[in-house]
Amino acid sequence: MPSAPLHDPAASPLPDAKTEIKTTTCYMCACRCGIRVHLRDGEVRYIEGNPDHPLNQGVICAKGGSGIMKQYSPARLTQPLRRKPGSERGANEFEAISWEETFAILEKRLSHLRATDPKKFALFTGRDQMQALTGLFARQFGTPNYAAHGGFCSVNMAAGMIYTIGGSFWEFGGPDLERARLFFMIGTAEDHHSNPLKKSLGEFKRNGGRFVAINPVRSGYAAIADEWIPIKPGTDGALILAIIREIIALGLYDRDFLTRYTNAGQLLNQNQDSKDFGMFLRNPDGEKINPLRPQNFYWWDRLTGQPVSDHAQYADPALLGSFTMPDGTTTKPAFQLLKERVAECTPEWAEQITGIPADTIKRIAHEMGITARDYRIELPIPWTDVWGEEHETVIGNPVAFHAMRGLAAHSNGFQSIRSLAVLMSLLGTIDRPGGFRHKAPYPRAIPPNARPPKGPQDVQPNTPLHGAPLGWPENPDDLFVDADGQPVRLDKGFSWEHPLSAHGLMHNAITNAWRGDPYPIDTLLLFMANMAWNSSMNTTEVRKMLTDKNADGEYKIPFIVVCDAFQSETTAFADLILPDTTYLERHDCMSMLDRPISEYDGPVDSVRVPVLPPTGECKPFQEVLIELASRLKLPAFTTAEGARKFKGYTDFVINYETAPGSGIGFLTGWRGKDGENAMRGEPNPKQWEMYEKNGCFHHYHLAPSMQYMRNWNKEYLDWAQHAGMRRDNDPIVIHLYSEILQSFRLAAEGKRPGKQPPDELRERVKTYFDPLPFWHAPLEDAQSDLDKYPLNAVTQRPMAMYHSWDTQNTWLRQIHTYNYLYVNARTAADAGIADGGWMWVESQWGKVRCLCRYSESVEPGTVWTWNAIGKASGAWNLTGDANESQQGFLLNHLISEELRANAAGKRHSNSDPITGQAAWYDVRVRIYPAEAGEAEQTFPQFETMQPVPGMKQRPTGWLAWFAGKREN
Amino acid sequence: MTQLALVIDLNVCVGCHACVTNCKQWNTSGSAGPLTDLNPYEAYPNGTFFNRVQTFEVGCYPQTETVHFPKSCLHCEDPPCVPVCPTGASYKRKEDGIVLVDYDKCIGCKYCTWACPYGMREFDEERKVMTKCTLCVDRIYDETKPEAERKPSCVLACPPGARLFGDVHDPESAVSVAIRERGGYTLMPEQGTNPANHYLPRRKTTLAVHKDELYRSGNPHKIDGAPFDQNLPPADEELN
Amino acid sequence: MKPAFSVIFLTTLIGAGQGLFLALFTQQSYAVFGLLPLQEDAFYGFGSLLALLLLIAGLAASFFHLGHPERAWRAAAQWRTSWLSREVIALPAFMGIVFLYGMAHLLAYRPLFVILPGGQPIDLSVVLGSIGTLLAFALFACTAMIYACLRFLREWHTPLTIVNFILLGSASGFTLAALYAALAGSDQAGFFAGWAFIITLLGLLNRSATLWRNARLRPTSTLQTAIGIKHPRIAQKSQGAMGGSFNTREFFHGKSASFIRTIKPAFLALTFGAPLLLLALSHSAALLGAAFLLQYAGLLAERWFFFAEANHPQNLYYQTIG
Ligand SMILES: Nc1nc2c(c(=O)[nH]1)N[C@H]1C(S)=C(S)[C@@H](COP(=O)(O)OP(=O)(O)OC[C@H]3O[C@@H](n4cnc5c(=O)[nH]c(N)nc54)[C@H](O)[C@@H]3O)O[C@H]1N2
Ligand SMILES: Nc1nc2c(c(=O)[nH]1)N[C@H]1C(S)=C(S)[C@@H](COP(=O)(O)OP(=O)(O)OC[C@H]3O[C@@H](n4cnc5c(=O)[nH]c(N)nc54)[C@H](O)[C@@H]3O)O[C@H]1N2
Ligand code: SF4
Ligand code: SF4
Ligand code: SF4
Ligand code: SF4
Ligand code: SF4
Ligand SMILES: [Mo]
Repeated sequence: MPSAPLHDPAASPLPDAKTEIKTTTCYMCACRCGIRVHLRDGEVRYIEGNPDHPLNQGVICAKGGSGIMKQYSPARLTQPLRRKPGSERGANEFEAISWEETFAILEKRLSHLRATDPKKFALFTGRDQMQALTGLFARQFGTPNYAAHGGFCSVNMAAGMIYTIGGSFWEFGGPDLERARLFFMIGTAEDHHSNPLKKSLGEFKRNGGRFVAINPVRSGYAAIADEWIPIKPGTDGALILAIIREIIALGLYDRDFLTRYTNAGQLLNQNQDSKDFGMFLRNPDGEKINPLRPQNFYWWDRLTGQPVSDHAQYADPALLGSFTMPDGTTTKPAFQLLKERVAECTPEWAEQITGIPADTIKRIAHEMGITARDYRIELPIPWTDVWGEEHETVIGNPVAFHAMRGLAAHSNGFQSIRSLAVLMSLLGTIDRPGGFRHKAPYPRAIPPNARPPKGPQDVQPNTPLHGAPLGWPENPDDLFVDADGQPVRLDKGFSWEHPLSAHGLMHNAITNAWRGDPYPIDTLLLFMANMAWNSSMNTTEVRKMLTDKNADGEYKIPFIVVCDAFQSETTAFADLILPDTTYLERHDCMSMLDRPISEYDGPVDSVRVPVLPPTGECKPFQEVLIELASRLKLPAFTTAEGARKFKGYTDFVINYETAPGSGIGFLTGWRGKDGENAMRGEPNPKQWEMYEKNGCFHHYHLAPSMQYMRNWNKEYLDWAQHAGMRRDNDPIVIHLYSEILQSFRLAAEGKRPGKQPPDELRERVKTYFDPLPFWHAPLEDAQSDLDKYPLNAVTQRPMAMYHSWDTQNTWLRQIHTYNYLYVNARTAADAGIADGGWMWVESQWGKVRCLCRYSESVEPGTVWTWNAIGKASGAWNLTGDANESQQGFLLNHLISEELRANAAGKRHSNSDPITGQAAWYDVRVRIYPAEAGEAEQTFPQFETMQPVPGMKQRPTGWLAWFAGKREN
Repeated sequence: MTQLALVIDLNVCVGCHACVTNCKQWNTSGSAGPLTDLNPYEAYPNGTFFNRVQTFEVGCYPQTETVHFPKSCLHCEDPPCVPVCPTGASYKRKEDGIVLVDYDKCIGCKYCTWACPYGMREFDEERKVMTKCTLCVDRIYDETKPEAERKPSCVLACPPGARLFGDVHDPESAVSVAIRERGGYTLMPEQGTNPANHYLPRRKTTLAVHKDELYRSGNPHKIDGAPFDQNLPPADEELN
Repeated sequence: MKPAFSVIFLTTLIGAGQGLFLALFTQQSYAVFGLLPLQEDAFYGFGSLLALLLLIAGLAASFFHLGHPERAWRAAAQWRTSWLSREVIALPAFMGIVFLYGMAHLLAYRPLFVILPGGQPIDLSVVLGSIGTLLAFALFACTAMIYACLRFLREWHTPLTIVNFILLGSASGFTLAALYAALAGSDQAGFFAGWAFIITLLGLLNRSATLWRNARLRPTSTLQTAIGIKHPRIAQKSQGAMGGSFNTREFFHGKSASFIRTIKPAFLALTFGAPLLLLALSHSAALLGAAFLLQYAGLLAERWFFFAEANHPQNLYYQTIG
């Protein structure tokens, strides 16, 4: 018989240790789950999901569960560093300096730039979620050269949907999987909303929902799909248009929804000669509702056979047909034009483009239509629409969609995503149970009210920028261009090259600055972005640009400041490194002014509070910005008397108001002197403590009558206006047909007064600014020899790794130590490449040697790999021979940030021509085996980075983390 | 008699590895820890994990299923790893059926790993003792935690809820119901180990669309007219 | 499985030790029955000490296999269920008897117990020798059962494994005994060599039968039963860790297929072919020495192959890195 165990498995290993539990917010990724951090004698013992948190409700992901290894990573920067005098940039030689010295350097340089030419200072931020503050800083500084990651991330998703339905996937809305019956996930591998999406998918499937994945690859989420529909990359637009055609052809659209809540029935000027061709007719007698955005449209009342004001009582608009107005103007309802648009988009047509059998396309269209129509949900929730009609119930058509970068990261993404938004609208699923649901502060006006500055005059020395650096153009006059129609921004955002670039084009910032086109800059400040590696396209060349010099020996980009928490590939290129804290060491907020973490049932914002003291000399970037802004005396950070206004970041968050006395600030919870108000109210000095007491979040629950149909829900719209989430309370009618896009087309055709595109861009603007969704091949196709480069190459997010930054995390790097190129087994075998063998993958822009892995879950015309697993040798304080650099590779070397020069010698960004979204997934490649005798190592390789001062010695051989023993 | 176990729902497991690292972080500083990592920042990093998630492809393109497969000790009812252990360090608890290693007795002979057909035990190269999933025995009875949190770390972490925990001998427990109703199965039944952990298989939800359901009497074409001639809606008589 | 050198040395060294002891006592038994001349006590005594030395060396090697050798004493605890535990008991017991048997001879302390009806004198050394013989077989059984009891290691799970351990241990022991006799100037080298030849031959038959059997084994567990999915085509794409793990180290020999192809004829030639030839040729010390050394080297290879050949079902879960 076994004797009693000696080791008591339930006994506490360190019974005398002091343990504490603190709540805060995870930032192992941008999902921002609530966490509870267990400390044992001051060391992190365990990080768990906060069960009370609305976002993750207790669950936590692989990254979140590895926070300990991020906190104590040997790759952490702990001191401000200056490039060693005399050393070359990129050589990675640094000396430690004090913060005082650091601020002195920055203050001197930046105050000079601000006083002379503020646009010479560029601030670009990567995967951060504090754009309310960074954007405010840039604006107050007066530079237009500010953007965050959105341009290379998913601006197509944001813009394509916001310009159509006033909200979007990403942080601002999502599928209601609690009530949906049928769910289509298109081009999503991991998503921003990682944990909640996983949680709801699990529940959806357990409840018997049907899940269809449309993706060239079957991985992760698609793995558990009931059906996988492989598709050729860049062709979803064609698929969706064919589905739209089928839905219209069979009458499976939700007519009641279309007529009342979209512009389907609104009459368009179809008078070819009119300057207003393709614009909606305005009814002088109609009610404008909002003079800033008049909504006095016409319907053709099919009951009386007459034009009437839209939403006129007892009227019912004709959706199809062509009519003549009393003044003789030819007119058609928008829906008629949509029908005409998709007339040729038959399933057979789409089959040729997408590789999906026409029968499958028809079948899924039927599934959508029938589920939407026959499984209708009715919730007994009375509500009133803006036009005064009272509804006894909230209706839902339980077909939900979700899409992300598989649609977004193509140069035709904007129009494809618009197609999707139109399809979702045809099915009547917008902000309804079981369909798409908005999250505060969305829905917003189409487009939202923030406008970019309008020209060079808006950039003045020692003056805040006139207008937000990023915004939403409503028509060509909102473009940020000079008198010649040329860009004012370094990244050419809001110029005619990509007019609706709501998130900027960070992926072109370095190339443009290097080339001095549109102009050279002086100081580039990069925050939380690994631009010398995975967030650059054309990485090898971009790395050269960062060290390239003018004839006079000066660097083309004179001064580079990098704020990072770790030794990334990019820190090597810095002249000044600002060591940031980790998420466990700082205050932070997920603000309603930015990208909060709202739920379908109401706004939610949250904070991070330090659970540990900063490591070494680390300083939160938040504090750095407040300090700099105060030293530079930026108006919003300075009192009328010219003194410093805020002690620091926490003080700033408490006291900052969007306008004096507006009562609207960074946080919505516990406002008012004693915290008695929500959403709006005076500053509350105890606001941080109150958040902390509530698990670091504030969840405002809307009444059920305000939770649905928010684009048109009177009660909600009034509330949103009062709460400061919208300027107006006018209805947000869905743009099946986009008059906004048409206004750009009219300008390109020379039919519109106001700003005009440069001649060389007229054709481009005219082509892509189609007011109706259409499909075109990705731009790069036209410049590619498709016979030579027959394959598409894409990347996917691995669930257990965040971009490049988890490589320093030893638990996570054990899961993804290096990466393979996944190739359909037949495709690989035909190319003579062995499973597990070395191979080359080559595009017209570059080539990479990597390892091949056969797969049956990838479409034969596509190859793919996990994103950002490959690393530069020595980065992240790994040894020079670590697998990440020897067997791991980066696909970015194959992707160009620019297309080939056109006839006029002009180079355009490799981006969506409407939004400037980086076209990561457009690249075409060919593959072939590596030859015997070639180095068994990935190509390209870079010189091994060495550790910099202040980094802790990396443990060699082994590591045995045990919290509280203090021997780690 | 109680037999605690995990039931893993392959129908919703997305292969996210949350269970992997959360198991690691709980256990490395728990009564089973530390769980050593070798070459943590060097080439070929590897370490002790009680739980791994693997991926398999089933079938050929395009009829491919991608299956994510979490793998930890199955707490067998007839665990071959126990009787072979010469020291008694490997044992199965009477009270709850958890198979454990007594780290203070283990001589690190690794014999038990040969006896486990599944490769569910991992030798800790630094501590030189055998380790394996403990079913978080130092959590699940911890009365300082609220009832709802007295569950294994991997179970609480799992975002889609693919991991259930409970007594498989209690026919009323959620795990037993799931096994019964959802076709729960065990791994390598031919080995006679009688695993306590079960797996729930994939299920497919399909939607049959019948041609005659495409049109309903409320078809908007009746109002708008047929947009494409070839798709004229059937007349009312035909619908009835 | 990954062949562990400590275990290879353990089993081959103690096998030779057990065999040597059996050889010595076999000769003594013949002598008791008057079939052969009884040797001097020193012959048996020093022979046993040589056997003991091998056993000690084997035991020492086994410690290298342990993570915590300081706790090795605990390994005797589970004799009711664990063959390893039983081996841990049988080995020192056997060593003790070998020691006593050797001492009885060296000290010439051989009190007579009984005289059998046939006139054979049963003294202390014969009693100890008989117990030792039983223990030697018990130890062979324990060692072999460590492997043979593992049901799903089908290559091992057969009575042939036990026979193999007995025959190969004995063969090397008898060969060594022949060499020892030749070196000690005893005239019994031929006797030992004769038996060595026969046992080696039997060993060859048994080992060939094992190889033949194992080549025809179909694994009971498959990828289908391992993950519970019934589909003819399943391929692993990721094993969950890329930098290796205990599971990729312990259960794979890590050698190429061509290495395996070479090692098989090599061990057959060394363990069986060469010794059989040499034993048949002459009983000179030199050739017997060569026979023993070659056979021992062959046994190391044989044991390596024994481990490497065993395909653990856990390997089903560790096929592909990705
Ligand atoms: N080929 C290819 N390339 C891509 C993509 C793709 O799909 N395919 N996707 C693109 C997309 S969508 C994105 S968003 C980008 C992301 O690319 P990046 O924004 O460059 O993201 P990371 O690689 O995570 O780098 C961010 C940096 O933040 C640092 N960091 C981490 N935590 C902190 C902190 O607390 N403070 C500070 N100051 N720094 C910190 C990290 O060390 C790292 O250096 O990649 C893009 N690149
Ligand atoms: N764990 C983890 N989570 C993350 C991140 C991370 O790095 N790690 N990054 C975060 C960031 S910054 C972002 S932007 C999001 C992105 O989240 P996702 O959008 O889910 O990210 P991707 O991995 O780019 O997924 C793109 C998917 O689209 C598919 N695809 C590519 N081209 C096409 C196409 O033309 N059509 C269709 N239908 N599919 C296509 C790819 O196969 C892939 O499955 O994830 C966020 N969440
Ligand atoms: S999804 Fe994971 S990493 Fe991202 S915030 Fe949530 S727990 Fe943290
Ligand atoms: S799975 Fe393996 S280690 Fe776990 S109880 Fe069963 S035999 Fe033992
Ligand atoms: S390694 Fe430890 S637990 Fe396993 S058999 Fe040996 S002593 Fe027992
Ligand atoms: S039950 Fe506990 S020990 Fe076992 S796999 Fe889950 S977290 Fe790890
Ligand atoms: S946490 Fe859940 S979903 Fe993720 S891999 Fe583990 S079992 Fe699967
Ligand atoms: Mo992104």
